[in-house]
Amino acid sequence: MRFVDEYRDPELARRLLAEIRATVTRPWTIMEICGGQTHAIMKHGLDQLLPPEIELVHGPGCPVCVTPLEKIDRAIAIAGRPAVIFTSFGDMLRVPGSCQDLFMVRAAGGDVRMVYSPLEAVKLARQYPECEVVFFAVGFETTAPGNALAIRQAAREGLANFSALASHVLVAPAMRYLLSQPTNRVQGFLAAGHVCTVMGLEEYEPLAAEFKVPMVVTGFEPVDILEGILLTVRQLEKGEHRVENQYGRSVQPRGNPAARQVIDEVFEVADRGWRGIGIIPASGLAIRARYASHDAEKKFAVTAITATEPTGCVSGRILQGLTKPPACPAFGRACSPAHPLGATMVSSEGACAAYYRYQRRAVLS
Amino acid sequence: MNPVPPRLSCPLPIMDHDRVQLAHGSGGLLSAQLIDRLFLPRFANPILNRLEDQATLELPAGRVAMSTDTFVVDPIFFPGGSIGDLAVNGTVNDVAMSGAPPLYLAAAFVLEEGLPMADLHRVLVAMEEAARVAGVVVVTGDTKVVPRGACDKIFITTTGIGVVPEGVTISAASLRPGDAIILSGTLADHGMAILTTRQGLSFHSRIQSDTAALYGLVAAMLAVCPTIHALRDPTRGGAATTLNEFVRSSRVGIELEEGRITVRPEVQGACEVLGIDPLFVANEGKLIAAVPGEAAAGVLAAMRNHPQGREAAIIGRVTAQHPGLVVLRTALGAERIVEMPVAEQLPRIC
Repeated sequence: MRFVDEYRDPELARRLLAEIRATVTRPWTIMEICGGQTHAIMKHGLDQLLPPEIELVHGPGCPVCVTPLEKIDRAIAIAGRPAVIFTSFGDMLRVPGSCQDLFMVRAAGGDVRMVYSPLEAVKLARQYPECEVVFFAVGFETTAPGNALAIRQAAREGLANFSALASHVLVAPAMRYLLSQPTNRVQGFLAAGHVCTVMGLEEYEPLAAEFKVPMVVTGFEPVDILEGILLTVRQLEKGEHRVENQYGRSVQPRGNPAARQVIDEVFEVADRGWRGIGIIPASGLAIRARYASHDAEKKFAVTAITATEPTGCVSGRILQGLTKPPACPAFGRACSPAHPLGATMVSSEGACAAYYRYQRRAVLS
Repeated sequence: MNPVPPRLSCPLPIMDHDRVQLAHGSGGLLSAQLIDRLFLPRFANPILNRLEDQATLELPAGRVAMSTDTFVVDPIFFPGGSIGDLAVNGTVNDVAMSGAPPLYLAAAFVLEEGLPMADLHRVLVAMEEAARVAGVVVVTGDTKVVPRGACDKIFITTTGIGVVPEGVTISAASLRPGDAIILSGTLADHGMAILTTRQGLSFHSRIQSDTAALYGLVAAMLAVCPTIHALRDPTRGGAATTLNEFVRSSRVGIELEEGRITVRPEVQGACEVLGIDPLFVANEGKLIAAVPGEAAAGVLAAMRNHPQGREAAIIGRVTAQHPGLVVLRTALGAERIVEMPVAEQLPRIC
């Protein structure tokens, strides 16, 4: 398949691996930010092929994983109400809240529907004027433009029965948070290609300069990831710390101005809780006051619902790159995708789920 | 646009109602009219035509293979087939995976009040054609009508029987180290045809379901190797589920070569867009076989000579290592587990 096969070419991958081996002279810890990259690394077994000097640690870039428990509880509370059609991307439906998930709400009679685009939810609002249609607007900067567009569209059409439960997080503030921790181990970043497709490279320049870490904007196929690692290792070995763009076929330096504009029109930057980590300042997007009538949290008055994360799960440390799934005593025993104990096992893009799915043989043997 | 019915020579008979009424399931006059005008012309055969409460059958000697399945697919018409094709092919394939030629089918229908007669007719025409191709006859059946909303358009349950030839013992518990794992063609066509139709996603070339009856292919395989160890058609849960069932039942391991598994480009494209792994997606016209290593080349050649096996390939082998696990060697030379899916695959957010 064009635009995929060439980035999975085994010969090209072997050449990149040989070059990484020839370049590396000492141990380096590199974090891939995005859950999609973690998933690809595990699926293609890239970690097994890298020289032992390179340790990949897995970042917090899984929007499903970092959605706070209380946000899920609020979604469940809204979805269970009569005359509500609750819509969501598929992989949020299985994420457990404090006591149930959205599939269980549906089984109990709630109208919970999976959509592939927020505009489908707007269409439902048009189709069912007698119902409240709520969209669970989850994600990083990647899904924010589409979700913002849906809210703006509903406002323009005067669809008072459409609202969004916004749970948007921003990558750059999370990277700043990780780098600021005294326990930080990360020496170089593979930045998330899709986020940069929207946001561009600007936010990374000050981070690379202030914390003296190389940041290579990287794609999601094996060849992309290996090239991203090679560029990072080259910088590390030379003592450089620049922002580099491996994913040039998709990422422009200024990102996508039209997408950024619509995000800015509908959302404003706000403090945000990250499941497993806690509140990170200015790391999320909230719906602006101008669109408050389409803000589900306000419309359904669910902000009083709070939840406490169960203790005993190390997902917060995993999301910060401080430990890895195999080090957790519950991994593959008490905790599995069928019975997740915490954030990183619940989504297929969570680091624990990726290890479980593809590499548990090595971990458990 | 839905595909045209396979035969244009059987128009919808003139009915008093253009939609199914509750009374069509009442057992009264309207029920009789429905059976006489819509069902019997499609499936007529000496056993069914007796219209007894049961079919009485003469079976050849041997072990009887029997299988039943319920079909609830939405949409009921999709590129490459309909619920009618699935209802026949799904059950005859389950019978065929024992090595038995499917002989007879029973079919039970649950119809939703309001179902257009034209849709019901189209489903029955598809079943008639699928049964003809598969070489089975429908010998008994039942129809119920439920109020609007109590089912979704039409649900069909079919039960099939066949007789296993002497000397053939095929079982998921019979895999042995050294067996070759053979896949009869491309993966994920049916599941992605359904998913993309349901979501209204259109791609450059339309994805077609692979629904097909597989006994002909099985017979060609058995002709060259009567000692096939295991056969299964990877429907719900996809190839990953079938292979995991094999390793669990036989307490062996399977090693797969990623490069040997083929997926059509348009199907691969849809999987990439939706974040779905083709190994977990349903097929309706493919089989996976475990055959003794020494017979593999012969079986593969026989499969490739058959229309349903042209793209067959040896995708892996059975090993005594890692019992209970299916391990895939990636194109880059690393290894990963192919797990049993936890639940329905859900498209990822990003």
